[in-house]
Amino acid sequence: MIAFIQLVSTWTIPMLIAFIPLYASFRKVPVYEAFIDGAKDGFGTAIGIIPHLVAMMTAISMFRASGAMDAFVGLIKPLFESVGVPGDVLPLALLRPITGAGSLAYVTDLIKVHGPDSFAARIASTVQGSTDTTLYVLTVYFGAVGIRKSRYALKVGLFSDVVGFFAAVAACWLLFGLV
Amino acid sequence: MVNWIWMGMMVVSVLFGAANGKMEKVAEAAFGGAQTGVTVCLGLISILVFWMGLMRVAEDAGLVGKIAKLMAPAIRRLFPDVPRDHPAMGYILSNMSANLLGLGNAATPMGIKAMQELQKLNPNPDVATPAMCTLLAMNTASITLVPTTIIAIRMNFGSVHPAEIVAPTLLATIVATGAAILADRWYRSRNTIPPSQSSAKPGRREAPVSVIPPSASAGGGGTY
Repeated sequence: MIAFIQLVSTWTIPMLIAFIPLYASFRKVPVYEAFIDGAKDGFGTAIGIIPHLVAMMTAISMFRASGAMDAFVGLIKPLFESVGVPGDVLPLALLRPITGAGSLAYVTDLIKVHGPDSFAARIASTVQGSTDTTLYVLTVYFGAVGIRKSRYALKVGLFSDVVGFFAAVAACWLLFGLV
Repeated sequence: MVNWIWMGMMVVSVLFGAANGKMEKVAEAAFGGAQTGVTVCLGLISILVFWMGLMRVAEDAGLVGKIAKLMAPAIRRLFPDVPRDHPAMGYILSNMSANLLGLGNAATPMGIKAMQELQKLNPNPDVATPAMCTLLAMNTASITLVPTTIIAIRMNFGSVHPAEIVAPTLLATIVATGAAILADRWYRSRNTIPPSQSSAKPGRREAPVSVIPPSASAGGGGTY
C-alpha cells in the first residue's frame, strides 16, 4: 500500500507534465506560447514574496540565536512531560509552526541521537510530517497577493498546530504503545 | 496578530540577547535571516515560473475549469462564497490533491494561483477574505498521505520500518485539518455579521452555491 502510494507520488508530476500540454494541443491551445505567458507571472510572484519572507526570517532567526527559544522551551517543558510528551520532542512544538528547515534539522538530529525507532523519534517524525510551517505558508500565500491584514488566519493555523501536535503524540501512544 | 508576533519576537530577542550577552549573535542572525528569506525566494522562482507556465497551459485548455466542476461537494461547501465554476475552485482542488500526495513543489504554486484567483473576488485587496483564510487553514494543516522527506531520513538512519509513521501521521493530520476547519468555521460565523450576509448565513450548509451570485461577489457585493 505504502509502496503504491509512493509510486503514485513519483509518477504524478512527470505524467502531469506530459498530459497537460498533450491535452491542450488537442484543444488547439498554442502550448509553448501559453506556457511562456503564464511563466512570466511566476517570476514577479516570487520576487513579490521576498520582503514578506525577509521580514519573517529575520525575526525567526533572531529569536533562535538570542536564546529566547530555549528559554521558552525550558519554561513549558515540565508541563509537557506531565502529559506524556518526551522532553526532547518539545522544542519541535515551538519550532514546527515557525520554521520548516529548522524543525526538519531538529527532527534529523533527534533521529540520529535516539535512533529512528525510538518513541521520541517516532513522535517527532509524526509531528514533522503531519503539519506544515504555518508562518511560512501564511507569509508566502498572502505575500504573493499582497494581503496585509490576515485577520484570523494565523490564529486558526496556530490552533491547528497545537491540536496537531497533541494528536501526533496521542496517535503514537495509541499505535506504538508504551516505550 | 502578525504585527504583534513579529514585533514581539524581535523585541524579546534583543532583550534575551542582552541578558545572555549574545548581542553579537543576534545582530548576525538578523542579517543571516534576511539572507535566508531571499535565498528561499530565489529557490521559489524556478518552481513558480515552471508551474505557473504549465498551469496557464492547463487553464487555456479548459482543464482547470473542468476540475472545478468535478469538485466534490464537500470541498465546495468549505468555500461557499466562491462561485461554483470559478477557476479558483480548480486551483484549490489541485492544491489540495498535490498536498495529499506530498508534492510540496507543486502544491505551493497551485495554492498561490488559487490565492491570486481568490484575490480577483476580493473587494478589499489588502484584507484577506474568508475563502482565503480557509485555503490557508487547509494548507497549514495540509493533509499528508506520504511524508516523503521524513521517511527518507528514517531510512538513512537505518530504521527497521521507515514508513511505520504513515499511520500516525495520517491520524494526526486528519485531526489537525479537522481542527483547522472547525476553527475557521467558527471565526467565519463570527465575522460575517454585516446585514447583507445575515440572511445567507443560516442557509449556508444547505445551499452553499446560491448564497452569493457569481456576479455579485465578483463585483464586490460580498461583505467581508
